[in-house]
Amino acid sequence: MSAPMLSVENLGASYGAAQILYDLSLNVGRGEVVALMGRNGAGKTTTMKAIMGLMAQSTGKIRFDGHDISGRQPYEIARLGLGFTPEDRRIFSDLTVLENLDIGRQPPRKFSDGVPAPVWTEEKLLALFPNLGEMPNRPGGRMSGGEQQMLTVARTLMGNPLLILLDEPSEGVAPLIVELMANTILELKKAGVSILLSEQNVHFAELVSDRAYVLEKGQIQWNGTMAELAENIDIQRAYLTV
Amino acid sequence: MSFNAFLFQALNGLSAASGLFFVAAGLSLIFGVTRIVNIAHGSLYMIGTYIAYSIATKVGGAFGFWGGIVITALLVGLIGAAIEIVLLRRIYRAPELFQLLATFALVLVINDATLWIWGPEDLLGPRAPGLTGSIEVLGRRLPTYDIFLIFVGPFVLWMLHLALAKTRFGRLMRAATQDREMVGALGVNQAMLFTGVFALGALLAGLGGALQIAREPATLATDLIVIGDAFVVVVVGGMGSISGAYLAAVIIAEVKALCIGLGIVNFGGFTVNFSKLTLVAEFLVMAAVLIARPYGLLGREQVAVRSVAEPEEPLRPSTPATKIAGLILLVVLVCLPLIAKNSPYTLVLGIDVLIAVLFATSLHFIMGPGGMHSFGHAAYFGLGAYGAALLVKWFAAPMGLALAAAPMLALVGALLFGWFAVRLSGVYLAMLTLAFAQIVWAAVFQWETLTGGSNGVLGVWPSAPFDTRTPFYFLTLALAAFGVLLLRKFLFAPFGYAMRAGRDSPLRAEAIGLDVKRVHWLAFAIAGAVCGIAGGLFAFAKGSISPETIGVSRSIDGLVMVLLGGIQTLTGPIVGASVYAVLQDYMMRSTEYWRALLGGIILLLVLAFPSGIVGGFVKLISRRKTTSKAAS
Ligand SMILES: Nc1ncnc2c1ncn2[C@@H]1O[C@H](COP(=O)(O)OP(=O)(O)OP(=O)(O)O)[C@@H](O)[C@H]1O
Ligand SMILES: [Mg+2]
Repeated sequence: MSAPMLSVENLGASYGAAQILYDLSLNVGRGEVVALMGRNGAGKTTTMKAIMGLMAQSTGKIRFDGHDISGRQPYEIARLGLGFTPEDRRIFSDLTVLENLDIGRQPPRKFSDGVPAPVWTEEKLLALFPNLGEMPNRPGGRMSGGEQQMLTVARTLMGNPLLILLDEPSEGVAPLIVELMANTILELKKAGVSILLSEQNVHFAELVSDRAYVLEKGQIQWNGTMAELAENIDIQRAYLTV
Repeated sequence: MSFNAFLFQALNGLSAASGLFFVAAGLSLIFGVTRIVNIAHGSLYMIGTYIAYSIATKVGGAFGFWGGIVITALLVGLIGAAIEIVLLRRIYRAPELFQLLATFALVLVINDATLWIWGPEDLLGPRAPGLTGSIEVLGRRLPTYDIFLIFVGPFVLWMLHLALAKTRFGRLMRAATQDREMVGALGVNQAMLFTGVFALGALLAGLGGALQIAREPATLATDLIVIGDAFVVVVVGGMGSISGAYLAAVIIAEVKALCIGLGIVNFGGFTVNFSKLTLVAEFLVMAAVLIARPYGLLGREQVAVRSVAEPEEPLRPSTPATKIAGLILLVVLVCLPLIAKNSPYTLVLGIDVLIAVLFATSLHFIMGPGGMHSFGHAAYFGLGAYGAALLVKWFAAPMGLALAAAPMLALVGALLFGWFAVRLSGVYLAMLTLAFAQIVWAAVFQWETLTGGSNGVLGVWPSAPFDTRTPFYFLTLALAAFGVLLLRKFLFAPFGYAMRAGRDSPLRAEAIGLDVKRVHWLAFAIAGAVCGIAGGLFAFAKGSISPETIGVSRSIDGLVMVLLGGIQTLTGPIVGASVYAVLQDYMMRSTEYWRALLGGIILLLVLAFPSGIVGGFVKLISRRKTTSKAAS
């Protein structure tokens, strides 16, 4: 197997004096969907922020598609093809759907081995998320939570990412949207995009993931295939909400 | 006054509004995206007036004037971009107040650079070619150039709206105003965006300045006057809102124009000269708006900026080493009259420094532990100084009584203003405190019968036995030490903990039963009273007091002292005030360009010690400690 798309070694991160992540290592292979599981406060979001260069204080080594991205600025990391959809969505509420998409726009790109990555356009994305297609000029501030969730994913896709850090896309949205998110993830996987998915819910993760890491108190407690985790009730009891 | 005269004044107001709008719009755009309050924005406007004057007179003719305006705007835009790249880019991660300090240092540098290039004289530009005439409106003559200005404002407003809506740069600006971190995570290089916004804001300021040369001469006082007005406009309109800025510019300009139009009015034997109320009027409007709509007319509540700076360190009671150092310092200060027997000037400087220390420590009390960034601490200094001086002037009060009255009057003022101020936070609180200070200043300046107006109050000399230098020095030392120790006592009492709890997490503090607003209000009042002592001492030390000594620049001096020393330590304001007072005194005596020198030093310090002198020192020591620990 070739080198992973994303590899994180000995990641540590703190907010001020409070250290949140300890010596955390994980990797995501090309075209793989990997779940990062853990309860509220386990450190899933912090891990993603640290990978994205959004934590002021972090240590460790992060490689992405052959580049060392540790300590790089978020925009540099994004320009290498790493996409981030935050759990709180962070839609620009004054901007319309189309304008939000425009902010995420980046030129088409290739994997480091020369294979072109999937290219996304507004038309494709509005077709993928028909709800958005119905409201292209609606300001982001006047959309429902589910619609905002779609928009934040679509906005990240406008950057034609090679890998997406997808933070709890199923949190607080209606079952229909959860299903749509699962389908979208599978669709992206088919197109060759890798995904690191943060999730608390085993059922959702099971639908889409190949492998899983289980996080608690900022440390990896367990890792293995998703199928193994789905059967391991002990681990689920200990570290996840069942 | 007739209805027509009213309308005519209203037209006048509209043409004045345009210039104000340009500066305010630039300030507002820059603040929205970068979260930097650019105090040097008035300086960019001022440079605009001078450059446009030079092009208009050197090149001459229609091209020199109209082409000059365009070239000026572009040049000032370039200067703005250069400032962003060379200076501001390095301090985006520094605390907000440090950014303020840096832009204030720029004000000093730019002012002296302008003095150096163009000299101290006021420079009146040529009339606008093609628009030199006037037309008759409502029975009076209105210059055609003013009519032109009336239309330029809305035109630029419209252009800005188009640019914000229809260009990618405009969309990025709007997005970054809301959440610049997310914009970065989507692959946008913030540095480019920030440079662009700064250039655009500077261009607008330069344009505003260039358009003024046909109406008013270019002068060195423009920078602070314009930035004061622009702050008012931006705060009234709502930070980050361009339409709000225009609306507010019109309101402020109209209120001023109407005050001038009303002139002297007789209310049943009581005459009020409204044309002298222009200064108070705009700040009254601002205070009223802030109280009724804390985020301005068209503004909205600021999303908390995701913290990039390091969190505040907890305050520590002084270590034995600090205590000993303090004691030694006190002994040296007590012996100063002996040490400096042969240079009487040292004592004069010593008195100045001690007053500065008291002033800065009282400001630090609310800024550091209280988290309230007052931009108008001069108000309480002024109330103290005038309180004491007026008692001497009108009642021939002895010094003891006058000095006791100083903190009382300041306390009353601080209780009144603080009650409103603690209801706001951040930039809005800063602006409201500035407004209150301007009201005090304007009242003193314009209430001539009581205060002597711009001449001030003279002959405020200390009475025996303090009428010679050495005893007065001891008196100042005693009161300064008393004030500083008193504030320290408060900080380490439960009251001080409550203050800091209220600053760090107001919600949690409320949840455990603290009345945060009340605690902060009391803190504001205590700081005001102590500051009043400094004001009273100042009046007696100088023998006089005048409005110019209690103006904006004193408030800013206080900020600079506190920030220089570092906001997170209690020794900070003492060191900062001493360094600043001595530097200022030394430089004022050694060069005509002391402002530039001072500004340059502040810039260097900001770049070298982004947490203040004392803060930087503490960090250096703790770093050394950890490395030596690691080595052992
Ligand atoms: N801005 C912050 N400042 C200080 N501590 C924080 C901050 N954000 C998160 N934390 C702490 O970091 C820890 C990990 O938080 P994180 O958001 O990474 O968890 P999470 O696994 O994403 O949880 P959730 O499922 O609730 O989103 C928590 O203990 C949280 O309290
Ligand atoms: Mg999370």
